[in-house]
Amino acid sequence: MKILTTVKRVTDPDMKVKIKPDQTGVVTDGVEYKMNSFDEYGVEEAIKLKEAHGGEIVVVSVGPSAATKEIRTAMAMGADRGILVETDEDLDSDAVARVLAEVIRRESPDIVVMGKQAVDSDRNQTGQILASYLDYPQATFAYSLEVADGWATVGREVDGGTATKRVKLPAIITADLRLNEPRYASLPGIMKAKRKPLETLTPSDLGVDTANKVNVLLFEAPEEREAGEIVEDIDTLIDRLKNKAKVL
Amino acid sequence: MANVLVVAEHLDGKLRKVTLPTITFASQAAALTGGEVHVLVLGNGVDAVAGEVAKYGVSKVHYANSPVFENYLAETYAPAVVKAAQAIGATVVAAPSSTTGKDLLPRVAARLDAGMVSDAIAVFDDGGIKFRRPLWAGNVLTTVEVVTPVKVVTVRTTDFEAPAEGDAASVEAFDAGVTAADNAEFVSFDQVKSERPELTDAAVVVAGGRGLKSGENFQMIMDLADTLGGAVGASRAAVDSGYAPNDWQIGQTGKVVAPDLYFAVAISGAIQHLAGMKGSKTIVAINKDADAPIFQVADFGLVGDAFEIVPALTEKLKSIV
Ligand SMILES: Cc1cc2nc3c(=O)[nH]c(=O)nc-3n(C[C@H](O)[C@H](O)[C@H](O)COP(=O)(O)OP(=O)(O)OC[C@H]3O[C@@H](n4cnc5c(N)ncnc54)[C@H](O)[C@@H]3O)c2cc1C
Ligand SMILES: Cc1cc2nc3c(=O)[nH]c(=O)nc-3n(C[C@H](O)[C@H](O)[C@H](O)COP(=O)(O)OP(=O)(O)OC[C@H]3O[C@@H](n4cnc5c(N)ncnc54)[C@H](O)[C@@H]3O)c2cc1C
Repeated sequence: MKILTTVKRVTDPDMKVKIKPDQTGVVTDGVEYKMNSFDEYGVEEAIKLKEAHGGEIVVVSVGPSAATKEIRTAMAMGADRGILVETDEDLDSDAVARVLAEVIRRESPDIVVMGKQAVDSDRNQTGQILASYLDYPQATFAYSLEVADGWATVGREVDGGTATKRVKLPAIITADLRLNEPRYASLPGIMKAKRKPLETLTPSDLGVDTANKVNVLLFEAPEEREAGEIVEDIDTLIDRLKNKAKVL
Repeated sequence: MANVLVVAEHLDGKLRKVTLPTITFASQAAALTGGEVHVLVLGNGVDAVAGEVAKYGVSKVHYANSPVFENYLAETYAPAVVKAAQAIGATVVAAPSSTTGKDLLPRVAARLDAGMVSDAIAVFDDGGIKFRRPLWAGNVLTTVEVVTPVKVVTVRTTDFEAPAEGDAASVEAFDAGVTAADNAEFVSFDQVKSERPELTDAAVVVAGGRGLKSGENFQMIMDLADTLGGAVGASRAAVDSGYAPNDWQIGQTGKVVAPDLYFAVAISGAIQHLAGMKGSKTIVAINKDADAPIFQVADFGLVGDAFEIVPALTEKLKSIV
């Protein structure tokens, strides 16, 4: 089975982001980057699929040359080869999906497993747009995945409970939390990853025009909430809720 | 014709409340585009839902009954939404930022060659229609423009009020002309049945974290919630530890809530959790660690052991509310 998985280079989700004084973006100097958390689940699931069914894992990132680091991390976890579609532009989800669609047309994987959302731009669109462009079925927010007889059975985390959906392969699966427990890259894994093939392309090599449909014009900090009062005991809390906040 | 199309959500034959703030967003967008608000209801036997949504100040409701729409599938719903959007000349297509909205609308956007905005918290005119949306777990707010003629938007429903009921709009059957998908199948939906209000529109939410140490201990969270007629939520760590169902997760990657009163019990206050509850009007934190970051956003903090505080608080509240 040929499995394609994607990794996005994002700012460390546990770091406080700072907005540039001119409000055109966020400060990137001195910022730590890592693989998008949800993509770790995607890569892990790709490895599990390969362990169960054999085959090959191709990991793809659309981003700056520095994103080779995240691709190497995925290869250290177990992916077999990497493709970086290099761009320094801030692409919207649609542009990323158009790039990924071209890569997928070239690679013809049996299944694509990716993160449900990126923790920086929080858009939760790329997988679904990609599925639409390829006319593939999609199973988003996956918490379980089983592949047999050319179909995937996917447990999905949805409002109000859980849902199960079957999709015919090739399909796009987007990973939610609890799909698995991403493994750490082992030292031998890291050594091996250095020798694994990594191809670099540009959007124009793929014939993709990356013009955005959505532009971010302004970055602002939200209003901060102020710390309130530490109350002594339950009676004081009830008094405050009744008389100050007036919510009881 | 620069109309706005709202994709309605329903469950068990009833309109889901998340549709209502989405209509408010749509009315604000329509005021800017100079068009009308139309609603699309897809399902099998959704006449009543169509009638219900017609009362909320919209111009027209289109509904399609078909066995193909019996259960939600992006593969069958997306072409129907696209057809409806084209038929009414929609320049904005909106849905709640629920799991269905998030699953469906990007697929619709791709087919309409439209740019898409996720989780819009505002729409306004600033030399053309603009949207505001949070990213980086709510640590940044951005103003975005969509350069395509059609704009597709999921709406963060906690940022818009529900519209008032008024005269009923006309309701019309719509022929979506969609056949069953051959590459996707609905298998099942396991609903978490609950007598409690929905998290996203409850006036009170009581949420528990990993500090509760077990699923059984969540009972005291439920007791407090029931005493106040509220909903129950949880941090991801509590969900991951198996103390609470995933449907209760509040945060960047879970649900966004904005009740009048939010209790964070044994929750540390990680930014990913705050992203889902910072919009609450009054926040109460109960945590044994006086330095827990949750106290920095709480209106009222009580430092101490949840196992002692919560049951005692519930008892006292019972005699008040
Ligand atoms: C150098 C550079 C800097 C950027 N800076 C910003 C910025 O400051 N602010 C901003 O909003 N955007 C920025 N972007 C754009 C950002 O990459 C796009 O917003 C993003 O790729 C679109 O997807 P999303 O984050 O909405 O993904 P979502 O739809 O939330 O992500 C879903 C999944 O899609 C996959 N995916 C998404 N993007 C990529 C990718 N690039 N490569 C591989 N897989 C991917 C992942 O598996 C991800 O988990 C930048 C891009 C580049 C190249
Ligand atoms: C990509 C990504 C997405 C995420 N999305 C979300 C999300 O949507 N929602 C979310 O919540 N998290 C999310 N997280 C996780 C988040 O970063 C935190 O790990 C999580 O919120 C911590 O949950 P917690 O506060 O319950 O647990 P902990 O951090 O373990 O904190 C437990 C707290 O309980 C207190 N405590 C312990 N015992 C008691 C007692 N007896 N009485 C009173 N207090 C007690 C402790 O002092 C502590 O503050 C995400 C993380 C990542 C990487």
